[in-house]
Amino acid sequence: MSSAAPIEPPVLVRVLAPVGRVFLGFLAVVGSISVFTFRALTHCVTPPFYWRLTLRQMMDIGYYSLPVVGMTAIFTGMVLALQSYSGFSRFSAEGAVATVVVLSMTRELGPVLAGLMVAGRVGASMAAEIGTMKVTEQIDALTTLSTNPFKYLVAPRLIAGFLMMPLLVLVADSIGVFGGFLIGVNKLNFNPANYLTRTFEFLELKDVVSGLVKAACFGFVISLMGCYHGYNSRGGAQGVGTATINAVVSALMLILIFNYVITELFFSQ
Amino acid sequence: MSAPPHLKIHVSDLHKSFGRKVVLDGLDLDVARSESVVVIGGSGSGKSVLLKCILGLIRPDSGSIQIDGRDVTDLRGSERDELMLKFGMLFQGSALFDSLTVWENVSFGLIQARGMDRDAARETAIAKLAQVGLAPDVGMLYPAELSGGMQKRVALARAIAADPEIIFFDEPTTGLDPIMGDVINDLIVKCVKELGATTLSITHDLASARKIAHRIAMLHEGKIIWSGPVASIDRSGNPYVDQFIHGRAEGPIQMQVSR
Ligand SMILES: Nc1ncnc2c1ncn2[C@@H]1O[C@H](COP(=O)(O)OP(=O)(O)OP(=O)(O)O)[C@@H](O)[C@H]1O
Ligand SMILES: [Mg+2]
Repeated sequence: MSSAAPIEPPVLVRVLAPVGRVFLGFLAVVGSISVFTFRALTHCVTPPFYWRLTLRQMMDIGYYSLPVVGMTAIFTGMVLALQSYSGFSRFSAEGAVATVVVLSMTRELGPVLAGLMVAGRVGASMAAEIGTMKVTEQIDALTTLSTNPFKYLVAPRLIAGFLMMPLLVLVADSIGVFGGFLIGVNKLNFNPANYLTRTFEFLELKDVVSGLVKAACFGFVISLMGCYHGYNSRGGAQGVGTATINAVVSALMLILIFNYVITELFFSQ
Repeated sequence: MSAPPHLKIHVSDLHKSFGRKVVLDGLDLDVARSESVVVIGGSGSGKSVLLKCILGLIRPDSGSIQIDGRDVTDLRGSERDELMLKFGMLFQGSALFDSLTVWENVSFGLIQARGMDRDAARETAIAKLAQVGLAPDVGMLYPAELSGGMQKRVALARAIAADPEIIFFDEPTTGLDPIMGDVINDLIVKCVKELGATTLSITHDLASARKIAHRIAMLHEGKIIWSGPVASIDRSGNPYVDQFIHGRAEGPIQMQVSR
């Protein structure tokens, strides 16, 4: 009789099998992202280069993200000043407000908040655009026209993300500090000259540089996730939608993870 | 094992499956220099997949593809880009770049891959658009602003813009009115006659096939089950071909439908 019921696997196997499957799936994704990154990087450094496209992406990531990032930065700077003032007044340390604002902005909040905003804006649009090109065979068409899609689509976005995020964060830092200054002077009655002196008194180059390193790293990750998920989308509109969600969510997670790693590298003794 | 020198395209024992679905199952196909071959076959029989395998857009599971006597099955990177200079491809779904205008689409290969300057490329693009019956001012529009048939003709103009040696047409006349369809047929014939291009076309339109083909090949269940000169299609003696060209629901080809 061959129609006997299949042998029941032991309980342990039944519990562990899905865990193993998830783990293997995770490894597969990590592997495929690594291969994608490696391919993309080699195309970033070998000609031909598409300068016009890179410039357009730089405009898109840098210039057009300014309003969103600026708004985020100014309110964050303002809130920081208010919060640290009311907190620090409990032990009469109000004088530290300016220092707290500038250190928090340059080291943490500038890069992280700008990264999160840009991930939502730029990462999503990259994934949607490349994903649509993928499912409508436009990427295949590029190949048949002797144009490498990695060079034409991926490399300009990676380069633009990597270069523009630090500039964007530099602007965000300044606007954030300015927001703190506004509140400090107008609402908390600091002397303007005094507040500014306090701002730069304890600021070290390392504080700003670590923030910019984070920014460059986040910019690269945002573009990479947008391109990777767009490039690997399949199906139709739904596939592009999924790719967009995955691009944004994975970029947000990676930003938070890399933020910790870079902080650890810079500031742990 | 090299193909005879007169063969432009030599495909042998090509296999391709998607998951458990076998699409190409040991397919052999030869196309001679300056020959025009039309592949016919039921919907979903793998005709588009065949073209994409030859172009390297889909990696076949096994088998070999030779272009001009050179094995290109595993060609990658810049060598692949270089090989593509020989090819023009009209995609079934047009696949126009929707962020570029029509003339930029048509001249894309000229500007990006061949380094032609933009003004000269625009002139060429407008001349090619005229050949497919589109006025110069269409060149300034975006693909989304065109009708389906117009998009198809723009895609056709893009495929032939660089006067490639080998041109693939995936359903060039589908979605066009009969008169424009015939204009396109004439254009394809002209590409072969005047430019000496080798073409491999897919069509469901037998009138079009009779006009453009030197030879017709029928794809069924992953293999070329019949191929012969276009004149012999009506007396092929092959029941599959007979059923297909007469469009009969009854016969050896069973469509998966419930009645
Ligand atoms: N990327 C893919 N992933 C999975 N299956 C695919 C893919 N591309 C094609 N197929 C499958 O391969 C089969 C052949 O597809 P193909 O597009 O070649 O058909 P076709 O002969 O061109 O049909 P039509 O005349 O309708 O265009 C179909 O059953 C399709 O489902
Ligand atoms: Mg098809």
